[in-house]
Amino acid sequence: MFKLIPRENVSPVLSLLGPLFSVGLTMIVGGILFYFLGVDPFAAIKMIFWDPLMSETFSTYSIPQIFIKGAPLILIALGLSVGFKANVWNIGAEGQYIMGAIFGASFALSLYPLESIVIFPAMILIGVIGGCLWSMIPAFLKVKFQVNEILVSLMLVYVAEQILALASLGFLRNPDGAGFPGSRNLNQYTSASNAEIIAGTGIHLGVLLSFLMVIFFYVLLFRHSLGFKIKLLGNSPKASGFSGDNPNKLIFLCLTLSGSLAGLAGIMEVAGPAGQINIDFNVGYGFTAIIVAFLGRLNPIGIFFAGIVMALTYVGGELTQFMLNLPAAAIQVFQGMLLFFLLSFDLFVHYKIKLKGNK
Amino acid sequence: MRQFMKYFSASFLFISMVITSSIAIAADYKVGFIYIGPPGDHGWNYQHDVGRKAVDEAFGDKVETVFQENVPESADAERVMTQMALSGADMIFATSFGYMEPVLNVAKKFPKVKFEHATGYMTADNVSTYSARFYEGRTVAGHIAGKMTKSNTIGYVASYPIPEVVRGINSAYLAAKKANPNVEFKVIWIFTWYDPAKEADAAKTLISQGADVILQHVDSSAIMTVAEEAGVYAFGQASDMSAFGPNAHLTAIINGWAPYYVKKVKQGMDGTWKGAEQTFDGIGAGMVIIGPLSDKIPDSVKKEAMEIRDGIASGTLHSFTGPINKQDGSPWLKAGETADMGTLLGMNFYVEGIEGDIPQ
Repeated sequence: MFKLIPRENVSPVLSLLGPLFSVGLTMIVGGILFYFLGVDPFAAIKMIFWDPLMSETFSTYSIPQIFIKGAPLILIALGLSVGFKANVWNIGAEGQYIMGAIFGASFALSLYPLESIVIFPAMILIGVIGGCLWSMIPAFLKVKFQVNEILVSLMLVYVAEQILALASLGFLRNPDGAGFPGSRNLNQYTSASNAEIIAGTGIHLGVLLSFLMVIFFYVLLFRHSLGFKIKLLGNSPKASGFSGDNPNKLIFLCLTLSGSLAGLAGIMEVAGPAGQINIDFNVGYGFTAIIVAFLGRLNPIGIFFAGIVMALTYVGGELTQFMLNLPAAAIQVFQGMLLFFLLSFDLFVHYKIKLKGNK
Repeated sequence: MRQFMKYFSASFLFISMVITSSIAIAADYKVGFIYIGPPGDHGWNYQHDVGRKAVDEAFGDKVETVFQENVPESADAERVMTQMALSGADMIFATSFGYMEPVLNVAKKFPKVKFEHATGYMTADNVSTYSARFYEGRTVAGHIAGKMTKSNTIGYVASYPIPEVVRGINSAYLAAKKANPNVEFKVIWIFTWYDPAKEADAAKTLISQGADVILQHVDSSAIMTVAEEAGVYAFGQASDMSAFGPNAHLTAIINGWAPYYVKKVKQGMDGTWKGAEQTFDGIGAGMVIIGPLSDKIPDSVKKEAMEIRDGIASGTLHSFTGPINKQDGSPWLKAGETADMGTLLGMNFYVEGIEGDIPQ
């Protein structure tokens, strides 16, 4: 019935308006959903987007919390965005995030109770390596055997979850934990604790790193030839080949870079806010980061704001749950709508719709 | 006030939305609950929510209860409880084991807020813990299972290898063995509390291995549904699940949190609540309830089951009464000796006769 015809000139303004449009439309459709759930839509929307930032009761606590919740999303999304630009689809950041945490925590806990200032930096490095190694599996299979990286990276999430359970119940289990699953609390191990850097806020090194990485990736993508090569690979693999780049190298780099970033997010989280390796350590940052990457237009600055908006929907969404009795699933639908509307908006930005038969 | 608000919001919607949310219509006492899953699971969370509703009913307008579902056992739990405390909660019930460290962290920041943590073992001046002696219920279920099995194979779907779950397996096994010396247990660990698909798969596997009675220590009603289809028996977990398997459902081990919640909230309101207390109640205190017994159970077995239940309630019977050996054959309890609290709370071994290993 309809036919999609690519637009010759894609308006850059429209393409930037996409995220704003999708946030706005999500508010409206989400509001309607909330209304039918028997919750005052205005109060709910206000509580999600306004109260965490402005309410006297909550803001002092929630503003830093937004950055804390946003940090792993931003870190992971930055890594993913590079691959997405090059048409390399790492869907398994969740697994790389878990492996980063397990690697780093295993290293630190193997040294417990030794105290030394080198433990923390080494732990971060090993966490990054853990995430990187996990992403090397799909990278290697893709480059060597052309195996679909989407499937491999996604399936490895479930493998990582099993290893996480194994670690919590077995090799990392706290010997003083009365037989319960879960490792020692890294926050109680000074040398391995990702302690807060601004007292009383919970802001930790990972938050700072998420800011720094935004700048780093901005430079990488827009001021460095590598960024150009990556974009070229995504837009025109053939041209990329003609220009003498080795696409396999770039694919490998994209996957391992995103794996490393996910590993970094994982080690920051386990040593900081989470504190310990546990069966339920991962809460879906690796998947939510995919939304963040697209919401941020695969642009580092955009990703920063998208991460903050997404974190806001978490923190504010929690408020609406216990203040207004909104079900948790409604907030998840709300978050999902963000991506849905963005992608549909993009469709109209990039394509014209024609009725078939109408020439 | 409410009338006024309504009128107000009708005429000045935008302004009112700012006001209604900043002026809360305050009840005297605010109690928060956090749940690991949805209250609609008809299991663990459902029963906690039954307890919350009992609080609502008992105190009416004097108490406002709020809850949050699907709270992961991670840094998110800490944030949710902090926000609840900031919103003015006077007491918070954290209803899953994994909230332990978050509870302690938040409790430190809010010394005036009272915390009640389910199934944990760490307390503080403003943190008390509570747990139920579910194993008492499993003694009753185990006895019924031992009498009802024809294949002499009883399946057990277990969640995580933590003391509470191991305790339940041991308790059910001892009772089943006593009722039927030929009985054999098959245990499948699925490493989740709530995953209907995994639970159903585990139940199907057990049935294919010859189990004709299934016990479960996971939260959903999926196993009951599978048992009904396969024509085998099963027991409701946490709440009555007979609706999901009218023929399969023998009885249920029901978690009775309501009396405890009402009692604790009352103590909180009149100032008699105490921190650093550890409650571990069973059938006697009504924290563990044996649901109605199915008509499929012969009257003689019904009678025995009720005798066991009443014996445990009155204290004349203990689920772990010697002589009991550990799985490796080493003696644990001498004849007539009953298990001490410490061993039960940290139980990490099978009793003699159960095959297989506890995952490490």
